[in-house]
Amino acid sequence: MRRTFSMGGVHPNDCKISADSEIETFPLPERMYISMSQHLGAPAKPLVQKGDKVKTGQLIGASAGFISANIHSPVSGTVASVGPYADLAGNPAMHIVIDVEGDEWEESIDRTADIVREISLSPAEIIKRIADCGVVGLGGASFPTHVKLSPPPGKKAEFLIINGAECEPYLTSDYRLMVEHTEEVLLGARIMMKALGVVKGYIGIEDNKPAAIEAMRRLTESSYSEIEVVPLKKKYPQGGEKQLIDAVTGRKVPSMGLPIDTGVVVQNVGTSFAVYEAVQKNKPLFEGVMTVTGECLSVQHNFLVRTGTTFDRILDYVGGVPDTAAKIISGGPMMGKAVSNMAAATVKSTSSLLLLTEDQTRRRAEGECIRCGKCVQACPMGLEPYLLNKLSRAGRMEELEANKVYDCIECGCCMFTCPAYIPLLDYIRTGKADVMKIMRSRPKK
Amino acid sequence: MRKLIVSPAPHVHGNESTRKIMLDVIIALAPSMLVAVYFFGLSAIRLLLVSVLVCVALEYVVQKYLLRRQPTVSDLSAVVTGVLLALNLPPTAPWWIAVIGSVAAIGIAKMTFGGLGHNIFNPALVGRVFLLVSFPVIMTDWTVPQSIFRPGVDAVSGATPLALVKEGLAQGLTVDQIMAANPDLTYGQMLFARAGGSAGEASALALIIGFVYLLARRVIRPHIPVSIILTVAVVSGIFWLADPSQYTDPVFNILTGGLLLGSIFMATDYVTSPMSSKGMVIYGVGIGLLTVLIRYFGSYPEGVSFAILIMNSIVPLLNKYIKPARFGKEAKHA
Repeated sequence: MRRTFSMGGVHPNDCKISADSEIETFPLPERMYISMSQHLGAPAKPLVQKGDKVKTGQLIGASAGFISANIHSPVSGTVASVGPYADLAGNPAMHIVIDVEGDEWEESIDRTADIVREISLSPAEIIKRIADCGVVGLGGASFPTHVKLSPPPGKKAEFLIINGAECEPYLTSDYRLMVEHTEEVLLGARIMMKALGVVKGYIGIEDNKPAAIEAMRRLTESSYSEIEVVPLKKKYPQGGEKQLIDAVTGRKVPSMGLPIDTGVVVQNVGTSFAVYEAVQKNKPLFEGVMTVTGECLSVQHNFLVRTGTTFDRILDYVGGVPDTAAKIISGGPMMGKAVSNMAAATVKSTSSLLLLTEDQTRRRAEGECIRCGKCVQACPMGLEPYLLNKLSRAGRMEELEANKVYDCIECGCCMFTCPAYIPLLDYIRTGKADVMKIMRSRPKK
Repeated sequence: MRKLIVSPAPHVHGNESTRKIMLDVIIALAPSMLVAVYFFGLSAIRLLLVSVLVCVALEYVVQKYLLRRQPTVSDLSAVVTGVLLALNLPPTAPWWIAVIGSVAAIGIAKMTFGGLGHNIFNPALVGRVFLLVSFPVIMTDWTVPQSIFRPGVDAVSGATPLALVKEGLAQGLTVDQIMAANPDLTYGQMLFARAGGSAGEASALALIIGFVYLLARRVIRPHIPVSIILTVAVVSGIFWLADPSQYTDPVFNILTGGLLLGSIFMATDYVTSPMSSKGMVIYGVGIGLLTVLIRYFGSYPEGVSFAILIMNSIVPLLNKYIKPARFGKEAKHA
């Protein structure tokens, strides 16, 4: 019996149609748009001005606080402008626009393909290097990695878990990394374990990726025995942080708590690879693997893309948006964001562009709740989505809070399973935002 | 400029729908419908058709002309109510009984409360109980099943097994004496085909096939039926062990009086049953307990309908106070 999380979950078709497409290097565009808000926390402060020459890997945005991250130029060239530019939802954010000239890298970056196995930096130096290189969590939330590797006083990490679940349908970027860069991912884990001072690591992988499990096992059985490969049942949201910790260790992150409360730090496969490159190759995070997929595309891709490449450039390269595509999603179909601005650019954590047809993504007319309880069974947090939806629509904030709306991880299982097509998560999300605002406004005891 | 759909996640759906679920319930009832038609022939077909037609037509008319809403009869929920009502009637009942029952089910129990999803009581059961108290003679005149494919054998009018026992006990007989006087009351006959009772009770096996189908299709979970049946077994078992001359045994109690029909198809009605697993078990235990108490000590020989309706009424309370197990303990800080 494969391990899995203890409650709820759904079984969407995994649709990993791009799984066998090897990672291709995406050609350099002529112009790059680099956002200063690529991470959770304070936007980075631009360090360059119009007309400045920059090199690939040069620091162009400085971390603006403890929870913030550095930003490096993904290309060499001339700064065309520094100012607001619309993100994927059309909201303006500070961007640095660079006209690409050649591809001249900072000399300090090791560009060879050699795997560097010896970890010479001390824990403190590792964390500093990760912060310097602007590494953030690539599993979705883009939380600065150095912060996660610095547990608050009084909390001690016991395990590191590498998240290789990739439970979102369609996404295959982590899978490709695990298959093509197996040892680098494990080295990244080893580096983070050294930084955390832990001796036991796990890598959780859903069992729909046997090649990744086997590749990882081959190495963990010989040279990386401190890391255990944990095959997980294919079930969404297996890669949710709290669900993964539960599946791998049986420990439950408390309500309103953090993973470190259970002695666990979780990092995504992509992050682990970025940590390896930062620490062993001195390479800042300015490119990443991204899946470009959808049944309506004739060819499926996994690209190594420099951060700041625009979506329309990527879609042009794959032959344009097919007429049948009705929705373009950055991320997976369960939690990704619909793209309304095709001129927006990728950020560090952009893991995919997914093109769905109208049939695949149509929202049907909302019916009456038949009180089937399927949303309650599907909720991996043990909440009652039907009730939260009703309370949110009625504006009953006290009851929303009493029913723990703040524990919602917005995985979408409730809405996925609802036979009446009620847009449960739309309303729960707004209700949760309102309740969190009220909770934050209260004076601390 | 091409148009794109922009909406929040999730962007895909599992493709389950109310209509598909209702269709699954109808499929699960098919074996029982076929058994009813096999034993009672045209009479059963007539009851099924009349109930379904009146339920669907009434829902359509109320939605379109009284509530002035888009009718939603295509969700098939009214069809399910119609089929369940017909299977809860004596198989030889006159057609107008089905009409009155359907009006009570859809008109009173369902649409008055606001339609699908808003009713407190199971519509088909309200229809049945409405008829039971209004037309007690017709509603308790049961025909012992005789196959229409065995011409020459007339249908035999009679009482249900539970009613036979109740009458016998009232006359001072013991359970053993009653059973000896009624050689037809064997478990084998109850299981396969010959339990006297409403159209849907003729074969326990047909109901169990439907149960397995509903479980396999994940339309229902076992919590409610299993907790009802186990409770009936345990509670009636205690009485039976204490005095087998006055109380019927657990197997008899499970196979008679619509217990399986009620547990599998009526108590599991989504709208009128609890949302959480714990709530479902409490609800099921309540139904089982009330059923046995009504059967042993009430004036009606059968208790399932009343037990379910009584427990329906506390479902809102169960939903309010019995919460599902939450993920993770309450954080200690702040």
